[in-house]
Amino acid sequence: MKRDLILRVVAKVFLPFLLMFALYVQFHGDFGPGGGFQAGVIIAAAVVFYALIYGLANARRVVPERLVEAMMAAGVLLYMGVGFAGLLLGGNFLDYFVLDRDSVVGQHRGIFWIEAGVAITVSGVMLKIFYMFADRGRIDE
Amino acid sequence: MIINVLLVLMAVAVVVLARVRNLFSVIVLSGLYSFLMATVLVALDAVDVAMTEASVGAGISTVLLLGALHLCKSEEAKPVHKPWLPLAVSAACGLLLVYGTLGLPAFSDPGAPIHTHVAPRYLQDGPRETGIPNVVTAVLASYRGYDTLGEVTVVFTAGAGVVALLRRRRARKEQPK
Repeated sequence: MKRDLILRVVAKVFLPFLLMFALYVQFHGDFGPGGGFQAGVIIAAAVVFYALIYGLANARRVVPERLVEAMMAAGVLLYMGVGFAGLLLGGNFLDYFVLDRDSVVGQHRGIFWIEAGVAITVSGVMLKIFYMFADRGRIDE
Repeated sequence: MIINVLLVLMAVAVVVLARVRNLFSVIVLSGLYSFLMATVLVALDAVDVAMTEASVGAGISTVLLLGALHLCKSEEAKPVHKPWLPLAVSAACGLLLVYGTLGLPAFSDPGAPIHTHVAPRYLQDGPRETGIPNVVTAVLASYRGYDTLGEVTVVFTAGAGVVALLRRRRARKEQPK
């Protein structure tokens, strides 16, 4: 689909909205439906869309394989880091009440970071699986 | 009413899925099935789950399955054995599950155990304790933070498994060069 002008132009227009929607789903999860899992998948879908229209090599340049691999682990580590932060501040593992003097603010802070961790890991894993599948096809051909 | 229509459509989709031999149709049909499921979940007021079903079940899995499809043949191979034994086993399991549902409390029964155990506490104290209006997020991220950590670890492990499997194949292929 690399040479299809209409698809390329439409994709370029759509991508910012896709990413913006992912961020909306991520940060509006406190008030409406959404959260890290859904936002992570939407981010991954946006990059997959880019890869389908502009080719795998260009997608690799925008989101390098190394970054994707690091994201897979970084999300889980961030999540566990929030857990250990609770321990260090004198609470239990994954206790958000101690993250701030005001317990409600502490809850917000904890949930914000663990949702970020979820989104990072989910989008990293989805992209990595896509890259590996798409890559194998190209090598076999 | 609308749920029953959707469930009938899903049953039709499953029957067609089982009969179709072209794998591309199978993938498109399972995406369709996921979208129907997501609509059922919206009708049941479970918007968060519906969103996950639509984005994961219908969106990214369809893309990943299509990616896997272009690595293999697009027609399903003819089964070696007759499917009667597996069919009987799955029919028996299905009947057993249906029998199990007869013992469940009625749909949206306020006296059901799930509505009397910890749910009232989440609904009453959740917004005050966490300051988050969406109870689903409060439960998922705060009260059930351990479970969600487990889920994220499962996703990570699945990704690591795929990397380990596919990467070894490629290394072996490069050795003869």
